[in-house]
This record gives sequence, structure tokens and C-alpha cells, in this order.
Amino acid sequence: MEALALQGGFSDASVEAALAFRAVMRAMARPGTVEHVAGAVPPAPLSAAAGVVMLTLCDPGTPVHLAGEADCAAVRDWITFHTGAPLVGRERAAFAVGTWPDLLPLEGYPMGLAEYPDRSATLIVELNVLEARGARLTGPGIAREVALSLPETVAFQANAARYPLGLDFVLTCGDRLAALPRTTRVEAN
Amino acid sequence: MSDYNFAYLDEQTKRMIRRAILKALAIPGYQVPFASREMPMPYGWGTGGVQVSAACLTPGDTFKVIDQGADDTTNAVSIRKFFEKTAGVATTEETARASIIQTRHRIPEEPLTEDQILVYQVPIPEPLRFLEPSEVETRKMHSLEEYGLMHVKLYEDISQHGAIATAYAYPVKVEGRYVMDPSPIPKFDNPKLRMAAIQLFGAGREQRIYALPPYCEVVSLDFEDHPFEATRADHDCDLCGASDSYLDEVIMDDAGGRMFVCSDTDYCRSRRAAGHVGAQGAPYEEGRP
Amino acid sequence: MYVAVKGGERAIDNAHAWLAEERRGDPAVTELSVAQIREQLSIAVNRVMAEGSLYDPDLAALAIKQARGDLIEAIFLIRAYRTTLPRFGASLPVDTGAMRCDRRISATFKDAPGGQVLGPTFDYTHRLLDFKLAAEGETPHAPTATPTPGPTPHIMGYLDCEGLIQQEPESDSTPPDLTREPMELPADRALRLQALTRGDEGFILSLAYSTQRGYARNHAFVGELRIGAVAVEMGIPELGFAIEIGEVVLTECETVNQFKGSKTEPPQFTRGYGLVFGQTERKAIAMALVDRALRWKELGEEDQGAPAQDEEFVLMHADNIQATGFLEHIKLPHYVDFQSELELVRKLRREAEGFATQEAAE
Repeated sequence: MEALALQGGFSDASVEAALAFRAVMRAMARPGTVEHVAGAVPPAPLSAAAGVVMLTLCDPGTPVHLAGEADCAAVRDWITFHTGAPLVGRERAAFAVGTWPDLLPLEGYPMGLAEYPDRSATLIVELNVLEARGARLTGPGIAREVALSLPETVAFQANAARYPLGLDFVLTCGDRLAALPRTTRVEAN
Repeated sequence: MSDYNFAYLDEQTKRMIRRAILKALAIPGYQVPFASREMPMPYGWGTGGVQVSAACLTPGDTFKVIDQGADDTTNAVSIRKFFEKTAGVATTEETARASIIQTRHRIPEEPLTEDQILVYQVPIPEPLRFLEPSEVETRKMHSLEEYGLMHVKLYEDISQHGAIATAYAYPVKVEGRYVMDPSPIPKFDNPKLRMAAIQLFGAGREQRIYALPPYCEVVSLDFEDHPFEATRADHDCDLCGASDSYLDEVIMDDAGGRMFVCSDTDYCRSRRAAGHVGAQGAPYEEGRP
Repeated sequence: MYVAVKGGERAIDNAHAWLAEERRGDPAVTELSVAQIREQLSIAVNRVMAEGSLYDPDLAALAIKQARGDLIEAIFLIRAYRTTLPRFGASLPVDTGAMRCDRRISATFKDAPGGQVLGPTFDYTHRLLDFKLAAEGETPHAPTATPTPGPTPHIMGYLDCEGLIQQEPESDSTPPDLTREPMELPADRALRLQALTRGDEGFILSLAYSTQRGYARNHAFVGELRIGAVAVEMGIPELGFAIEIGEVVLTECETVNQFKGSKTEPPQFTRGYGLVFGQTERKAIAMALVDRALRWKELGEEDQGAPAQDEEFVLMHADNIQATGFLEHIKLPHYVDFQSELELVRKLRREAEGFATQEAAE
């Protein structure tokens, strides 16, 4: 294991994880809201925000799928060292991380069960742009409507149509993140 | 208590609870199972709420705890003390100053803001439990969206009493999908369930977490000819004169004398501080109850 | 003039101070040491370890002292402490066949290799109050014998040789752990056994008793009951082998139960199993009976609707810490809910009276 893998974790785990969780929770509760997070310096190609989310939520109990370019030795070592999460194929993933094209198609991930819709994957989608313009979002957590730069709309609409089953998304870009739970209704603008 | 981690729980437990909270927000009204831990306070005394609060707290938070709407009820005092000790957070009795409010049985009168989190202590999270005792069965009913039993129960109430005979823990339907128990709040509070703040519900003994994101659609179950009605005692608060708050009835003497006072003690205090005086109230003095 | 009740915090502090005083009792009487409780109230210590799910006699004794002898309160203290402990790993399954038995009896055979060993039992004591114990300074001595060398074989093994007892499927899979994952139903046997071994002794006892009286009777014989110390080993991946990390005293009960057989299977005995920390034989026997009752489905038996057969009923209500917490929480104020009920009943009565008056007028 490279020495690099040992670096870039939280320096004060209980406080940094608490702050990061609050940001992720606000994002998940208010789809489209962009939050800043800090504390993780993961190896490329992971964004700081994706690293923070994984340090905050992943552990030996959460199988992680690394999609496409994210599946490299540096990232594998870093996640193993800092979280202990087992690395798995998409069909077993509790979390998956990668760019939108690398994560597709969405059909392969656990969508939850009728009696346990919570047993579904959360996808951490690495984006080059994350801003409050583009697709129109409505639904729980949104007072009227908000706009968010999504990589596409059709896949998210198909995901929402499976409700209460479905995937939930954390969209990351640099040190910023937003979230898109399965309840959000997405329309192209 | 310095031997314990920030906010008492170890990091792995907090991660597990945090993941459950996120799924709960993504599936409003659905009860997410979580591996509730044994807390240093008894099951049934807020262990679910305490675990949810512990997983949410950050050092910069200002924490408020109410039981029956009051900050100074013994169990509220005990939980507030627990987090003062284990998380070192600031605490307050003022609703507006709190960033996280843990509650048992009430929603504060003052509308909450987008920057606040309301954490409910939940005894029995399953709204169908008293109609069907088996968890295996009720889980099936939720998955099939089979809520006929609940409507039958409410309708039987109407045929027997002429009204729905549920006064608290009045069931709601969330976003047109899951029927949810709002915890034993009086039905007076039900209309407030659609709010700007994040609402998290923790049931420790029953190992369930559920949530309502802000502005979530929450509808109290009813019938067209018997619409839901939020009720309160037909009085004004005798201390602050409020006519819009939920009231406690206090027995004053053996002769049936009674008075009605706000159950939300902070609401009552702030109204009196602003100069409102009820029929039996004295003008407000700083530092006096 | 009404003044709302304040001062909850001071009342709580004062109540706790009083509690501490009551715990100590009359200061003229010598204070109990934790070691005295550990050594002289060892059956209570065992129960607290078993239902607290933590093998530590000193902590269990401390908890009993702190709880003023309220064992459920002591179990609660242990559970709350246990949950804060980091988990370094899991031990290998203990080998009860290699147990150093202090007690080992079989009700199904008059004698067997290893013999019948009564051990330190209340059985056959005449329950007469021993007033000599009220006097101090007694140090009794029991005669000793050389232990039989080598392991004491399980009685069940003899039935197994003849194929008379049902085979249990072997598995290396990690058993579920209800202290780490939410209980999910239907539960497999490993999860049921975990819930039973830490379940309330009184509850398990009563359920077992109910099966004996006909509520899902399963004709249990105590094939073997053994109490003694076993080694606890942990596999160390870095070393490539297991090392012994300590020793625990366990009570193991295996019951032999009747089974009529079916079209596809010849008649065979079936098993119930109890395994509990410490010398806790009432609990271990009761656990074996309830375990057997809960196995009706896998053994193709009829659901008699008996409480001991209802897995959800048994597992959801066996935990005394959950039960006592929820039971006692009704002491907490509920006046907001009560007020809402009060308003509703008043309203319904007004409407009913109005209706009656209206009817009378018509």
C-alpha cells in the first residue's frame, strides 16, 4: 500500500464526520441545495466531496462499488484503509462512486425490496459542473421548485417512477455536493 | 463522561444511524430498521430520539429538549443534561435559538425554520400496530399499500361515536404513499407536520427511524363527510392569553377549579415577556416562572 | 395565582442523592464489597452476565451493588456499558465437549462415560432456612476428588451414533447478531438462540413451563446438562492460528424430544438447546424447551397457536431491558395526550347528550 493511502482522512473524525453528515443530510432533505464540505483529501480522480461522503458514511458494513476510472489502485487503497468497506460489483453495492457515464446503467444496482425499500444503493456521482441551473426539481424537501445542473433527466425520471423503490444520488463536484433522492420529480428545462 | 466519544455514541454506530436517516429522508414516512443501541437511559424514555440527536449533533449546535411542550419536565431535563455532558453543546429553552429540538409529544407553537431540525421520540412507530400486532404482517401491508384496516378502524369510530375517536398519534399519509404515526402528538399538532424544518423520528426500542423532509405532503387520514379536525381546549391561555396554542388543564383546588395554560412553556413565556397577560396571569418578570 | 412547576433539575439531583444514601443503608453496618458480591452472590452475578451479554464477574458484581440488588437494573447497567465497548473481533465457537465439568448430569441414561457429576447444586437440599448462616465466620470445606482426565463426551453423541437423534446441519456462516443489526423476522435458529440466551429468565421460564403444561408440549428429556469452564479462542489472521484469550463458565442443556417421524423420515428424536453464561441451569433448561417449541415449522409440526411457538411473540418480548423501559415509561408525564383525550371525550359526550335531548324533545 502506498503511503498516500494513509493520508487524506479526517483529522478529528467525530467532529468532521458530524459536520459532513449535516451537510449531506441538508442536501438529501432539500434536493437541489448545494452544500460545501471539507476534511478529506482523497487520491485522484475522487473529488474532495466524494471523499468526505465516503469517510462519513462508509465502513465495513457498506459494500462500495468503484465505477470506471474511480476503480484504481490509489482509490481502492485509500477507501480500504480509511473505511474498511469491502469493494464489490454494482449488484451488491450500498454505495457506488464514479462519473455519470461510468456509473450507468442504473439497472444493475440494488433498488431496494418492496418490504425494505431502504436496502438500495446510494450513488455518488462525480460531476464537472454543479450549479443551480438546468433541470427543474419538485417534490419533498422543495418548497416550490429549484433548478440543478443534472447530467440528464430521463434516467432520474425512470428512477423516480419506481418509488418507493429506487436509487438515491449524491452529486459531487470539487468540495461541493447536492443530493437527489428517489422522490424528486425531475423535468428538463 | 470524557471517556466517551463526542455525543456518546461511537463513530460506527453514528454512521449506521446516519445512513438510516438519509434513507428515511429519501423515503418519507417509511420506517427504516436500524440497529438501535442500548443507551444509558431506559427504552421508552427517548432512546430513539437520543440516538438520532447524537448522530446529528455538531459542536456548534444549540440544543433544546421538550417533553409535553415543556423544557423543565424531568425527562427533558435529564436528556438535556446528557448532551451537555457528552457533547458539550450549548442548550436553550428558546425555540427560535435552537438548531436541534428533541421533543416528546409536542410540536412547538412557533413555526420552525429551514435551519432547524425537530427530533421526535417515538414509542410505537407502527401506525398499524394496534390493529395488527405482528410486525411481519404490518410490513407486508405497507409494502402492498394495504391500508384498508386503518380506514375500517376510523370508520368504526364514526359509526360508534359519530367522530374519529383518535385524539393523539393521529395517523397521517405521507406524499400519498406511506401511512405514518406522527408519534403521540395531540392531533392539534398534525397540521404543523408540513413545515420548513427537517423532522426526524427515532424509535429506539422498536429499532426504527423515519423522517419528513421539509415541505413534505402530510395528510391526516379522514373521510369526506368527517374531515380531520385539529382540536384544543376551548379557552385562552390563562397566563398569556394565547388563543392559538395547545393548552394543558391544571386542577387548582378540590372544588373543580381549573385553569388552562400553554403546554409550550417557551411560547407562553415569550408572549408574557412581550406584554401579553391572560385572565389569571401576572405581568411578566424576568427570572420568574 | 398559578405558578408552573419548575426546578426539575434540582429535584432530580436530590432524588439521586437520596438514592445513594438508601443504597448504602445503615452506615453502622459494614459496607458490601464488590468482591463479596462476586464470591457470595455468584448466581445473581451469573444472571446479570447472561442477560447483560457480558462475561465479567467483577463488573456484574459492581452493577448489582449499584442497583441495590435489583437484577434487571444491574443487567441494564451492564448492557449500557457493553454497547460502548469497541469490538475487536469474534471468537471461534467454544467447544463444550472439552468443558472442564463441575456438574454433568443426564436424565436419559442411568450412567454414561464421564459419569453423573452432581456438582454444587441446590438439588436435594432440603429448603430449610439455615440459621447457622446468620452467624458469621463460617468457612465450610467440601471433600475433593481427582477429576477424571480427558474430555467428557456429550451424551447426545451416543444417540447420534445410532442415528436416533436428528442431525443438525453444520455451517461456517457468521451467525446474525441482534446487538448489531435490527431484528428481522422470520429469524433463523442462531438468532433465536441469541435472543433466548439473553432473554429474561422469568419470561423464558414461564414459556418453557407453558409447553410442559400442554401449550405446544414437546416431551422434553434432559439429555444432558453440564456446567463448567471452556476455553475461548480467537483466530489471529496475522499469526495464522488461534490463541486462547480466556475462559468462561457456561451452562449447556441439550434436551431430547419426541418426534413421531413422517412419511419420508423414520421416527427420530429431536433436540432443544440451551447455552447460557455462568451457572444458570434453570435458564439453560428453559431455553432448550423454548428453542424446541420454536422449531415447529422446520420439523414439520402443527402450529398449535401456543405462545411458545410464536416466534415473533417470543423474540419481541423476551428482552427485559426493553420490557422494563417501556413498561416504566408510562410513569413519564402524558398529560398532553391525556388532555387531547379529555377534550375528545367531553366533545363526544356533549354531542351524545345533545342528541338525547333532541330525541326527547321530538
